[in-house]
Amino acid sequence: MSNQHTDTDTGAKVRIVLAKLGLDGHDRGIKIVARILRDAGMEVIYLGLRQTTDSIVAAAEEEDADAIGLSMHNAGHLTLAPAMIEALRTADMDIPLIVGGIVPDMDVETLTDAGVAAVLGPGAPAEEVVAAVTQAVANSS
Amino acid sequence: METMVTGPAHDDSPSTNEARDQWQAAYDSSRLRDVPFETMSGVPLEPVHGAEPYPGQYPYTRGLFPAGYRSRLWTMRMFAGFGTAEDTNARFKELLRNGGTGLSTAFDMPTLMGRDSDSSWALGEVGHCGVAIDTVSDMRDLFAGIDLAKVSTSMTINGPAAILMAMYVAVAEETGVARADLAGTIQNDILKEYQAQKEYIYPPRPSMRIITDMVKFTTAEMPRWHPISISGYHIREAGSTAAQELAFTLANGFAYVEAALAAGENIDEFGRRLSFFFNSHSDFFEEIGKFRAARRIWARWMKERYGATDERAMMCRFHTQTAGVSLTAQQPEINIARVATQALAAAMGGTQSLHTDGFDEAMALPTEKAARIALRTQQIVAHETGVAAVADPLGGAPFVEWMTDEMERQAEEIFEHLEDLGNGSMLEGVYEAVENGYFVGEIADSAYRFEREVNAGRRIIVGVNAFAEGAEDDVQNLLRIGHETEDYQLKRLITVKQDRNDERVAAALARVTADAEDSNTNLMPGLIEAVTASATEEEIVMAMESVFGTYVERAIV
Repeated sequence: MSNQHTDTDTGAKVRIVLAKLGLDGHDRGIKIVARILRDAGMEVIYLGLRQTTDSIVAAAEEEDADAIGLSMHNAGHLTLAPAMIEALRTADMDIPLIVGGIVPDMDVETLTDAGVAAVLGPGAPAEEVVAAVTQAVANSS
Repeated sequence: METMVTGPAHDDSPSTNEARDQWQAAYDSSRLRDVPFETMSGVPLEPVHGAEPYPGQYPYTRGLFPAGYRSRLWTMRMFAGFGTAEDTNARFKELLRNGGTGLSTAFDMPTLMGRDSDSSWALGEVGHCGVAIDTVSDMRDLFAGIDLAKVSTSMTINGPAAILMAMYVAVAEETGVARADLAGTIQNDILKEYQAQKEYIYPPRPSMRIITDMVKFTTAEMPRWHPISISGYHIREAGSTAAQELAFTLANGFAYVEAALAAGENIDEFGRRLSFFFNSHSDFFEEIGKFRAARRIWARWMKERYGATDERAMMCRFHTQTAGVSLTAQQPEINIARVATQALAAAMGGTQSLHTDGFDEAMALPTEKAARIALRTQQIVAHETGVAAVADPLGGAPFVEWMTDEMERQAEEIFEHLEDLGNGSMLEGVYEAVENGYFVGEIADSAYRFEREVNAGRRIIVGVNAFAEGAEDDVQNLLRIGHETEDYQLKRLITVKQDRNDERVAAALARVTADAEDSNTNLMPGLIEAVTASATEEEIVMAMESVFGTYVERAIV
């Protein structure tokens, strides 16, 4: 068991809230990511389907999350990811948002410019997923 | 039986086999396509090889029809839908011009979830994954200029299926096509929504009541319509194994049968209108075994357990789609090869219709070019490979027969578990397994197991964890749905709402609610009245939700 996936400030385990925002019901990917992160020693809080930006902000506050991960498969990412960033800003929460799923390469820069910390595409290996979360949390703390 | 006919029909030994004679008579009276049944080099081909049961004979392991694809090729049914109704209408016409023989409609997420385009839930989703349908006006545009008496139409929708079917009937009757002449299929398989696709609205039991009403209505008034397409496709895409796909799908089928029987329906009447939808994935022989096992299991259960006597009610007719989840975003053109082998497995497995995926679908909806290549791929399988000339061409091969048996064995184990959960009732067993998380848990476990094997390099996915050179050529010419779709659709919805008679809408919606409260009333006539009055999809969904409630899944990893 390594301690590389802990919050750098406190040494505590990284806590990440995972959710599906909106109507998109594709949950194969996010469930796999949840298990990958859990197996890597993180605390994973999976909210499930049909979440709103408000419900995600509320859960992240309540769980004292270090990061939020959203999975998007329905080509709604250009609308939904910026909406999530906006909701976090409004709530004055400075934690990274990581987006995974079906995001065409040409949209990655748009999302990172909008404030998304990392974008994970289809076929991303487990190590890349874990590293992206760890890095995003380290950068924001 | 004494003799097994294993050789071709011109075998010198006299045939004493009754099954063979029966098959021969059925074959001789079959209408055949006007093409040469010989190899490309001119070698004449027998219509079937191997042993009984022959194609067209119970339990249909070897296919539903005595002449296989010699009578009729599978329907090349390409799933399409994006943007506005006009956009999709143009794609439909393009597919029909290109030799597609059936239409298949993809709806956008808000439509699938029973939400109008102006709902806050619809943000960023309008027209993205399919066509946006809010009212009967959109449905009218979707099929404009297409003779609904001449095409067969498939609609992939579940939670609000009854409303969309009502719209289709309303549009057809406006153009003078009687509902009895409508041919097609509506997916309407709610059970797999709780297991895999997650596009549910109401809880399982009220949803089952809606489906039973649709079965009754179509049995009485729409004899050419398939009111449920029992679908394993999404179960597989969500990560199940082939045997789980097979077992969960057929178990859902048994559950619908038990629900219809409990509602007093005649098994032979509705049984012949049930159809199935399977995935064709990359493991060639496993898929073929799965398709063959599906026909055998369904026939046996329908006959032996549920007492069907009409052979058509024992036949597992199915549509197949190649595995979207197998497509890679890396080096997307190589997906054309994946789709080709998956299409070949579907053909060798005896599918009745087939959708082949576009090579760019790991990233977006297919472009017109990708959809055309996909259609061409199955046309090559149909017309160039020769597999359509001989029914069940792999039947009798020890490996294929073993694989068929193995798929059946694994499925029967799962049926046993579900029956135990339901104390002998498959319907109750499926309800219980939805509630206790069995299905979602099994699927997630299988998905994770596969992912770990890929991640560890024990399974090769070409272009992803091996042979990755060449990724710099990745195509970036993707179909994009712009904001104008949403803007257009919102304006359209406002116009429809302005032009309709509000009192008539309110009265129709009140009737829908009243019908929902009375389980002895069939919902369909009231739904047709509501859509005809231009009530929106969401308004009608809410009119029933006030009685039926909503379903919320527990979040289980």
